[in-house]
Amino acid sequence: MPGLGGRMSTVIKAKISKMLDRAEDPGETLDYGYQKQVELLQNVKKGIADVVTSKKRLQMQSTKLEESVVKLDTQARQALAQGREDLARTALERKTLAQTELQSLDTQIKELEGQQEQLTENEKKLRAKIEQFRTKKEVIKAQYSAAEAQVRISEAANGVGEQMADLGLAIQRAEDKTETMRARASAVEELEKAGTFEDLSQLGSGEDDIDKQLRELTSGAQVDDELAKMKAELGSGGGGDAPALEQGEEKA
Amino acid sequence: MIVRIAGEGQFRLPDEDSERLNELDNRAVSAVEQGDETGFQELWSQMLELVASDGNELDDDELVESDVILPPRDISFSEAQEEFTGEGLIPD
Repeated sequence: MPGLGGRMSTVIKAKISKMLDRAEDPGETLDYGYQKQVELLQNVKKGIADVVTSKKRLQMQSTKLEESVVKLDTQARQALAQGREDLARTALERKTLAQTELQSLDTQIKELEGQQEQLTENEKKLRAKIEQFRTKKEVIKAQYSAAEAQVRISEAANGVGEQMADLGLAIQRAEDKTETMRARASAVEELEKAGTFEDLSQLGSGEDDIDKQLRELTSGAQVDDELAKMKAELGSGGGGDAPALEQGEEKA
Repeated sequence: MIVRIAGEGQFRLPDEDSERLNELDNRAVSAVEQGDETGFQELWSQMLELVASDGNELDDDELVESDVILPPRDISFSEAQEEFTGEGLIPD
């Protein structure tokens, strides 16, 4: 059946048969099988360690994005203080984008932490199964005729193989996810690093394609609000009609 | 029957559940094919619920193959779409 279950089963079974080569002699299959399992367990451990490393990198990116947010905010203020509202707006647009990305990154880091726990839990299961296989193979060797042993070995080896294939796929999925996240976060970082705001004097007035795209991406309303607030704070609010807090109206 | 939820573990379910699970699976497939995300999520929850309510998790030392392997619990709609077309959830 080609449904959810069928498709997933096909993928896993293909992985199992790739993993488990079979020898002619059941006894050999057993020892070889066990050896192979122990070997693959090392890969699994390494895979989980890679996921942890990727997660740490994402956490670093998250810290960098936080810094970008602060920096862009400062730059917006500077631009505004110098009467460059156009630049202030661009900086705030970038800040909004960085903030949005930061939020989604932090959510995903949390998810990844959950996945990491699950992977570790499943690695424990796999180790238990391999240990069980080690015991079982001696019993099978001692108790069964070659033909029957072959059947029982297949069953047991496939049981272990399935756990291993499943864990392998889960690790791969977690890795793919972190890759996507990292790529997105880097793109936003690049934007901040692009240097436009390093030195206000270097800035031209024309806006580039990135800024045009930004304008479409970010919420104009949020940027407008922030800009108004900033103006009020700087006391350069371009006329008295800004919807800032009325001062001096407090009743004693 | 033995059902695995990918990334989680194996569960033993009464054989009678096989028909029900298959039916939900087929309906989930149609939902995906029709681009009906809400419908898919609803059916997918029902499938997981069935495994949770009727299934007993296998002990770690049981070495058996599953009859059905379900995708990871948190499968997204777009991942589900890839499941049925193209390369599947995880390419080789």
